[in-house]
Amino acid sequence: MSAIRIEALTKSFGKFRALDGLSLTVEGGAVFGFLGPNGAGKTTTLRILTGLAHADSGGAWVEGLEVGKSAEISSRIGYLPEEPAFYPWMTGIETLDTMGQVHRIEKAERRRRVDEMLEMAGLTEAGKRRVGGYSRGMRQRLGLAQALIHRPQVLLLDEPASALDPAGRKDVLGMIEGLRGQCTVFMSTHILADVERICDTVAIIDRGKLVANARRADLIARYAIPMLALEADDVDRLNKLATEVSQMGWAHAVAIEGRRLTVTVKDLAAAQRELLAQAVAAGLVVTHYEQVKPSLEDVFLRIVENGKESRQL
Amino acid sequence: MMTALTKEWLEQRRTHRLLIVCLILLLFGLLSPLLAKFTPEIIKMVPGGEQISQVIPPPTIADAVVQYLKNLTQFGLLLAVLMGMGMVSQEKDKGTAAMMLAKPLGRTAFILAKAAAMGASFLIGTALAAAAGYYYTLLLFEALPAGGWLALNGLLLIYFSVYAALTLLASTLNRSVLGSGVTAVGFVILLALIEMIPAAGKLLTGGLLGWAGNLALGSAEAPAWGALWVCLGLIAAALTASVLVFRRQEI
Ligand SMILES: Nc1ncnc2c1ncn2[C@@H]1O[C@H](COP(=O)(O)OP(=O)(O)O)[C@@H](O)[C@H]1O
Ligand SMILES: [Mg+2]
Repeated sequence: MSAIRIEALTKSFGKFRALDGLSLTVEGGAVFGFLGPNGAGKTTTLRILTGLAHADSGGAWVEGLEVGKSAEISSRIGYLPEEPAFYPWMTGIETLDTMGQVHRIEKAERRRRVDEMLEMAGLTEAGKRRVGGYSRGMRQRLGLAQALIHRPQVLLLDEPASALDPAGRKDVLGMIEGLRGQCTVFMSTHILADVERICDTVAIIDRGKLVANARRADLIARYAIPMLALEADDVDRLNKLATEVSQMGWAHAVAIEGRRLTVTVKDLAAAQRELLAQAVAAGLVVTHYEQVKPSLEDVFLRIVENGKESRQL
Repeated sequence: MMTALTKEWLEQRRTHRLLIVCLILLLFGLLSPLLAKFTPEIIKMVPGGEQISQVIPPPTIADAVVQYLKNLTQFGLLLAVLMGMGMVSQEKDKGTAAMMLAKPLGRTAFILAKAAAMGASFLIGTALAAAAGYYYTLLLFEALPAGGWLALNGLLLIYFSVYAALTLLASTLNRSVLGSGVTAVGFVILLALIEMIPAAGKLLTGGLLGWAGNLALGSAEAPAWGALWVCLGLIAAALTASVLVFRRQEI
């Protein structure tokens, strides 16, 4: 059984289709990155999964329970909204205790978990203060704590690190990474670096549709364009080489940046055989040569910014 | 439900809603008999007021009751709208409702806990006003019949509840606090317009207050059971509508 299954979900706001037949499966235990540019429909998807919003058609299941049909789901999930909001007149401890009460955790256990969660979120000191005075990073960590107080099976996080500064981002991503193996994490973000850092599986969504869904490594292997780079000091000869290479059958695009020439290639084997030989033949002294490791960013940009190409994926 | 109630009651206290309701109702509870007693004297002090004050009959205990009803209904209505308009809409707008309702907390409990907490604040406020009003009327005029006074204040509480429930509905229908306020004032105006039809007025808050005034003075005249039932029905209808609307809403 998958932790999350989404089938042909659609949702319109007026004439605008925010979700356009989205289908997706998340296996149990994954740290799943739900990646897409702003406005792609990530928040809408998460709000449907939590039951806060309703889909126009299609269905969604969490831990085998159908969203909208089973009230039990709310006990299985933990949810951190894009902009977590708390009652400013409550303290951090009261906030977590109230959430624990809502989950019907009995008093002694609740106290233990509140302490445990404050500790995990680094809020032990601040717990006695009113939440109204918390910083953005503190609120985000408290948000994560309240989503975890009942030890959910599935954790739904909407842009958990996007609004934070680098230090806050590191804290929150570290907390999420620490959950690997404890629960399924479904995390939306528009920031590639965050996904690259902690997610083992990635789905890419664009304009309400799924455009790619695979293990991170597979995704890179499948969709990234291989690229070779070489560096040399003689800029004139480098430019000449660029012109030559661009006419080769195996080359896709050639770029020069200072003393560095990069070639995205269609046929990697041929390019590896010929590029260096051509450089030597052109009289260049090559100071550096490498096959550039593609990043998720390359994949993402390629898929999202080239919508037509991605349809078949 | 208990959790929701605990939270709402804490909110009434921490956000000073309870304090404000109690202070204002208490203030007008004790001020009303004073105003009834001293209005002629005050008029006397105004230049040219001498003649007018001679025409005004000396104040009686009935004037005290009229003042009490007039002041408390006006300020109670204002309080109901001001305290109630943000209750649901603000939580939707700020996002706290989403935070709570993604958890195993029922939407019905969420709404009814708010109604109960607001009702409790008004209950305490009305009790304080009643005690103060009774005491000052006793000091300045004479003792009111205790049973009748109790009945008046009970009916007053129902009057407040009508507007509190309508405001809660307005707050459920809207996403912004301002919109809720406008809708609530709309409800108040609509009700006032309906009251202007004589036959309908008797069956609404007007009839209720007239009866309350008589009861306080120990008279059994003009009982308005019809109005009582209509008002209770209005409260129930507003709460039911809030719950039904809220259950379908996207938060
Ligand atoms: N309540 C709403 N009313 C109207 N349009 C909305 C609403 N919620 C979302 N949208 C639109 O739907 C699209 C998807 O939004 P969202 O799911 O928030 O995207 P993401 O979280 O991926 O940035 C956006 O274009 C947004 O403007
Ligand atoms: Mg979003």
